[in-house]
Amino acid sequence: MAQNTTVPTAGHDEHHHENTVVFGFWVYLMTDCIIFGSLFATFAVLRNQFNGGPTPHELFEFGGLGLETALLLLSSITYGFGMIAAHKTQISQVILWLGVTFLLGLGFVGLEVREFAHMIADGAGPDRSAFLSAFFTLVSTHGLHVTCGLIWIVTLMVQLMGTTEIPERMMNKLTCLSLFWHFLDIVWICVFTYVYLASMI
Amino acid sequence: MLGRLSLSAIPLDVPILVGTFIGVLIVGVAVLGLITYYGKWGYLWKEWFTSVDHKRLAVMYIVLALVALARGFADAIMMRTQLALAYAGNPGYLPPHHYDQIFSAHGTIMIFFLAMAFMTGLFNFIVPLQIGARDVAYPFLNNLSFWMTAVAFMLVNISLFIGEFSQCGWLAYPPLSEMQFSPGVGVDYYIWAIQISGVGTLLTGVNFFVTIVKMRAPGMTWLKMPVFTWTAFCSSILIMATFPVLTVAVALLGLDRYFGMHFFTNDGGGNQMLYLNLIWAWGHPEVYILVLPAFGVFSEVVPAFSGKPLFGYKTMVYATCSIMVLSFLVWVHHFFTMGAGPDVNAFFGIATMIISIPTGVKLFNWLFTMYKGRIQYHACMYWAVGFMVVFTIGGMTGVMMAIPGSDFVLHNSLFLIAHFHNVIIGGVYFGYVCGMNFWAPKVLGFKMNEAWGIRAFWFWLVGFFFAFMPLYVLGFEGMTRRINHYDNPAWHPWMLIAEVGAVLILFGVVCQLMQIFVSIRDCNKPENRDFTGDPWNGRTLEWSTSSPPPVYNYAIVPHVSSLDAFTHDKENGIDTRQAGAQYEAIHMPKNTASGISAGAFALIFGFAAVWYIWWLAAIGLVGVIATVIARSANKDIDYYIPAEEVARIENEHTRKLMAQAAE
Repeated sequence: MAQNTTVPTAGHDEHHHENTVVFGFWVYLMTDCIIFGSLFATFAVLRNQFNGGPTPHELFEFGGLGLETALLLLSSITYGFGMIAAHKTQISQVILWLGVTFLLGLGFVGLEVREFAHMIADGAGPDRSAFLSAFFTLVSTHGLHVTCGLIWIVTLMVQLMGTTEIPERMMNKLTCLSLFWHFLDIVWICVFTYVYLASMI
Repeated sequence: MLGRLSLSAIPLDVPILVGTFIGVLIVGVAVLGLITYYGKWGYLWKEWFTSVDHKRLAVMYIVLALVALARGFADAIMMRTQLALAYAGNPGYLPPHHYDQIFSAHGTIMIFFLAMAFMTGLFNFIVPLQIGARDVAYPFLNNLSFWMTAVAFMLVNISLFIGEFSQCGWLAYPPLSEMQFSPGVGVDYYIWAIQISGVGTLLTGVNFFVTIVKMRAPGMTWLKMPVFTWTAFCSSILIMATFPVLTVAVALLGLDRYFGMHFFTNDGGGNQMLYLNLIWAWGHPEVYILVLPAFGVFSEVVPAFSGKPLFGYKTMVYATCSIMVLSFLVWVHHFFTMGAGPDVNAFFGIATMIISIPTGVKLFNWLFTMYKGRIQYHACMYWAVGFMVVFTIGGMTGVMMAIPGSDFVLHNSLFLIAHFHNVIIGGVYFGYVCGMNFWAPKVLGFKMNEAWGIRAFWFWLVGFFFAFMPLYVLGFEGMTRRINHYDNPAWHPWMLIAEVGAVLILFGVVCQLMQIFVSIRDCNKPENRDFTGDPWNGRTLEWSTSSPPPVYNYAIVPHVSSLDAFTHDKENGIDTRQAGAQYEAIHMPKNTASGISAGAFALIFGFAAVWYIWWLAAIGLVGVIATVIARSANKDIDYYIPAEEVARIENEHTRKLMAQAAE
């Protein structure tokens, strides 16, 4: 919930030209990074606790995973196009690229939910073993972040509609969301490498 | 429809709780009635609840902390009384089911809602003023943080009358806290209280970190920053680095309980020691989060009342920073008995002992500051000197426990309880009370009554020794913590002495309440009012503005050219305020109801999640998200104070200063 919170620099602009909103959000993202770090550590401890249940080799398939990864990485590029348009104050372009990013993100979340649904249907849900608890928690924490990002994208698209300029506060919001979105990409690369690839080798 | 909640959840069969409930009800109705009678609701709403002014939030945090003290202390004295009675044939008056909730609530409340709230209150009091800023970096988030903390405390107190609280100690170790052994709602209350207040604390950490990094007055380089601000800075870093780990640890416990996962369960491949490692990776830095700002308070108070600059400013800063770093390297000393092997235990034991070096540096710095100073024994100094004695003893017993071999004997015994109360009461609590006495005139505009302050100190100090020294002995005699009955005749006399100590501390708490009452009653007496803004001949910027400061703190942002900026200006005849200069309109944030709204929805969410009322939980969650989105869309968030208004306020203060000087 906190990541959606953008606040004004409220009265400090005259004395502090550095942008405290973006800096503060970046600092907040670092704390989020520690949340992921703790979840990775948890996964590292529990990754071999299969409790007689399925192992990564039986569960993971690279087809869907590759598509998921491609969608998310692509969405970072499209968000970048949106930021370029924002700097040029081409609002309809910004909305368009945000829309594309939203669809790509939605595709990612959809594929992830489908993967989870298959696993749970096969009896490999998060309550099956400690390994699966750690797996589901880490991956779905990332997915939950992406979902929050989707809500945020829609919020900003609505706020941008019908406006003709991008004031500083809106630019800050777009920049913060940009940081957030790229950050989730980086986290996903770690998830992909450490959770999926390393478990398959 | 109501999940697990039914009428049987209300503990009508426990007379103590019914009595408490009636008491709370009477007091609550009286308070609400008085507010209504005097028509103060609008005032409270406009000036306090929705305020984004850090000074107002500071006062609300400290009021919250004092309410938490009352609750936490009531728990403490109940436990002591139980153990004074429950010897041999006498079962005492608290059955284990109730006693276990009391010690869990005591620890949870004292750390998360007394200490953390008090600390955040002091940050809010002073940090922006000390660095010459007009507010914190994110005034709205500051308000939101307060409400998150406040509703989490409400949730803990709701558990008193609806359902039960956790019986698993203040850190809810699994597997006891798992569904298999604690199927009730107690642990769920604990989980949601910690998570909701954790949001508030994390945002506070980010807020003050950014405030200190970005908003210092021009010229205030890192090594010209007051020590209290340094300690707040290091604390904020520790908050940002460790509270996410707490969030994860408690969230995983929640997933075990709510979704049948297997992080820490006995079966399914779970690992309890993972929880212990995660929780202490937060828990040990947490004690430094609390105590560093207390060190900061003493570093301001001791120079002010010794009439000398702080001895060894730079070593103080380095010591603070090294404690911050070292605090990450010691967490295993909380469970040497885990069996990590001699190498690992030796590493953590030695790392723990090394922390005593920077801490020792600090102590000597305070002593050398006093050496040959013109010491005034104000109430603040009583707390400061008392701290030095009590905290040093606590530090030494800590080093004893840092030896893995001796820890195997003392682990989970009352020796440990004595040790950490020794450092937390002697360090954290004495420090915060000292800070409150020191800065109250700045924030409130009047001094706190000294006589009652000194009485409170003596009761606390003597009471502390009576209450906790026996516990060291009992620890050596093999008494473990968290038992509510014993048969060993050798323990009983010590327990009686400890009870006497608890009663003495009760007098201390009463004296503090009297101090607050008397101070407010006499606040208009001329000798108590602070017209100058500088009652103690202070050294740092906060004393250069009026008491209480105007909403914008500084009409003209001060320029800093040396350490102890205000002393420097006073000695060189510089007017820090630059009174009479050309004032400009000041841009300020507007008050907002978003914080209290998000807090209320978070409370609904937490309560509903505890009782499995999922439709209500959904309303709560959607409410929080909607509040944040609405806030994001709100464009009416700031205003300007016109230059004429600034000039009026400033000239008024200048006039008072002149009148004071003329006397």
